[in-house]
Amino acid sequence: MSTAASAGSPGCKGAEVAGDRAIIMLRGAAGKRDSRDILMEHEPAAKWLLDEYRGLDLTDERGMLCGRMLAGLGAQVTKVEPPGGDQARSIGPFYEDIPHPERSLFWFAWNADKRGITLDIETRDGRDLLRRLAGNADFLLESFDPGYLDDLGLGYSDLRRVNPQLVMTSITAFGQTGPYAAYETSDITLMGMGGYLYMIGEPDRPPLRIGCDQAYLHASGEAAVATVIALYHRSATGQGQHVDVSAQASLVTSTVNAIPFWELNGVVLERSGEYRAGLTAARQRQMWESSDGYVIFYFAGGAFGARANVALAQWLESEGLADDFVRSIEWENFDMALATQEVEDHLEKLVGVLFKRYMTDQLYQEAIRRGLTLCPVSRPADIVKDPQLRARGYWVPVEHDELGRALEQPGPVVRSLAIPDGCRRAPRIGEHNTQVYQGELSLNAEEMLILKQSGVI
Amino acid sequence: MTEKGALSQERPFAGVSVLDFTWGVAGPLTTKYLADYGATVVRVESPSRPCGLRVSPPFKDDVPGVDRAGYFAFYNANKYSLSLDMNHPASLEFAARLVAWADVVAESYSPGTMERWGLGYESLQKIKPDIIMLRSSSQGQDGPHASFSAFGIPLVGLAGFSHFTGWPDGGCLPLPSAYTDLISPRFAAAAVVSALDYRRRTGRGQCLDCSQFEAGVHFLATAMLDYTHNGRQGGRQGNSHPYACPHGVFRCSGEDNWCAIAVFDERQWAALCQVCNPEWREDVRFSRLLDRRRNEKDLKRLIEEWTVVRTAGEVMERLQAVGVPSGAVANARDLREDPQLKHRGYFWTLEHPVLGAFPHAGQAAIMSETPARPRSAAPCLGEHTEFVCTQLLGMTDTEFLELFQAGVFG
Repeated sequence: MSTAASAGSPGCKGAEVAGDRAIIMLRGAAGKRDSRDILMEHEPAAKWLLDEYRGLDLTDERGMLCGRMLAGLGAQVTKVEPPGGDQARSIGPFYEDIPHPERSLFWFAWNADKRGITLDIETRDGRDLLRRLAGNADFLLESFDPGYLDDLGLGYSDLRRVNPQLVMTSITAFGQTGPYAAYETSDITLMGMGGYLYMIGEPDRPPLRIGCDQAYLHASGEAAVATVIALYHRSATGQGQHVDVSAQASLVTSTVNAIPFWELNGVVLERSGEYRAGLTAARQRQMWESSDGYVIFYFAGGAFGARANVALAQWLESEGLADDFVRSIEWENFDMALATQEVEDHLEKLVGVLFKRYMTDQLYQEAIRRGLTLCPVSRPADIVKDPQLRARGYWVPVEHDELGRALEQPGPVVRSLAIPDGCRRAPRIGEHNTQVYQGELSLNAEEMLILKQSGVI
Repeated sequence: MTEKGALSQERPFAGVSVLDFTWGVAGPLTTKYLADYGATVVRVESPSRPCGLRVSPPFKDDVPGVDRAGYFAFYNANKYSLSLDMNHPASLEFAARLVAWADVVAESYSPGTMERWGLGYESLQKIKPDIIMLRSSSQGQDGPHASFSAFGIPLVGLAGFSHFTGWPDGGCLPLPSAYTDLISPRFAAAAVVSALDYRRRTGRGQCLDCSQFEAGVHFLATAMLDYTHNGRQGGRQGNSHPYACPHGVFRCSGEDNWCAIAVFDERQWAALCQVCNPEWREDVRFSRLLDRRRNEKDLKRLIEEWTVVRTAGEVMERLQAVGVPSGAVANARDLREDPQLKHRGYFWTLEHPVLGAFPHAGQAAIMSETPARPRSAAPCLGEHTEFVCTQLLGMTDTEFLELFQAGVFG
């Protein structure tokens, strides 16, 4: 497991925090024990950003990234599933393509670092247990349809009576109230209603989705930010609150300059296929063919773009592709954001010829060497072996004892000395029932047996 | 605008000072959370090399100008702007005073830039030992490609999104924005806020290193695992879905109007048939999921015959009435009229000195006790230079004038 990235990153080098070096050395030899268990023994003081906090995660596939993010920052997050397992366990892909609730890669990805318990909150005993758990928790995450928890007597107004300091975060398609609150949704309908879908694709074909579900990831990310803001507020004031996240609104935040274009110029930005409308005065190609694939390249505007465009002009020159037109432009002071369509079209022809001469990876290497705003269109195979991600230890081995091996998963997105650089595997169904119900709620073995047999846990 | 006290109860970051060297989308969108929930965020802007969003269209009346750019305004409500020429010999000494004032220093330059200015993490720590520094970059602070600043637009390709976007019979497509710029702010902001909380408990600051590339790949985590463990490379699938059927975007009446429809189970399929054409349920081509998958093309054509004579709004409402996931595809104009967004008060229409009444992006979360509030429109470049110097740093007017005349503010 690489630890170099977070601790030794040159850009983040500062005074060493006492004890960190010893802790890092422990991690490599930790084996099946998680580094955090060891850390707790060696350093009782706060180690990770959120290790003060304990939360319950009742979300389904619509909200699981939120708890994953908070757990990744060191919070103790306990996933609460219905007995038999969360329905999200039936979502593929599956390890070795064998569908099974304990083999869902979707589940693994979004529930790493969490503990797991089972509980049927639709039973009376289950509701009582959830209230007791909420009484001990700092935050509770949920993504049920609006009103569902209220009907069970487990809504925010109920839980705040049990625990006034609780931060409860609800992740839904449109929010808890409003004209669309009860709508049925899916990724494609939300991407459509959030404004992003309209702009993807080709002008003469329907709006197009990104081929992997995105909408609820944006919502879950917003929920994670809002939850820590609420926790920060609580740590100063003791005040809990309810956080109501809308996936649709989270997508509208992603529409960049579309709203400004409509508002200021009365222009609706339309689909423009391989081109980009609205970034610059003229339409500009962004997707280009290499000799064996695709790259994305664009002429950036302003002073920042000028530097890269000088480099491109030089490259065209060295390839014998620069003509009088290219030479006539004073690239150091040329602002591509304001270039005319004629300039764009002329350059497009020359650059298109240049890029077709090289393979994707060669173009990327040249772009890095020359400082061009160009990246390859990577396939998963390319991303998995990308040297930058490897050097930073982005892929972390996550030990799956039940599969008899470690699976590589994305590690933390933000690195710091106070953010764990490893990751624990997602919980198995009811894996931490004993720890939580007997250890933390002090149920006795007989009570556990009764609740298990009756299907409550 | 420094109305602390009375409102601080409902402003979680009242009293938190943020020195914001970020630019573009990812950095400013990260500090937007801090500004919207009450922090004092000062954007440090160079007049000679202004933020990319200040020089990108659209402009008010189509006339370019750093204070006329709607893209910049959309993402920068509630912030102050200080102009500063970082190449001026006196700028470092001035910046040090700003750092001493700040709780958080955020930046999104190419790795090494802050160091060249004498504002690397070690230097900041010397000025303020418990400083929290956020470093947002394309690919992180270290590694072989760290210094390659590609911006978010090509990162859409590098992180894999374009590989999954396109029609099966066409090429890979870009996305209509620097998509990874919209992803990393969630990770970065969650970490910065957590770091503030951690500092409150421990007295310790820290440096946070956020890579847009890594954030982007995280949003494709399941596809990555599908490759690593099943060898599946994936690719362009148009609007189809691994198992939902029908699943797509259908033409409606009017110009460029569309409705997305997704049927995931038997109940939704029955409901769709009930509304569109009950005979489809008995049609051997469509009665079972596997049949529908095989004959999806025919089915989509029939559905489109039904949708194309109706408005997208009518299609959505009729299908929603029977519980079929459906959504009218919204463009910017539709979003401004969207009743649900209005209900949530998502857009913040604020009076901007140049743009006039302009809708700024709000927040996707509504917090019951500490809701984000619009306080001021996005700043003009350098609008608050004097305010920052005299009110936030406590300089005398003479001191400020000296710096001004020396050209420190550009």
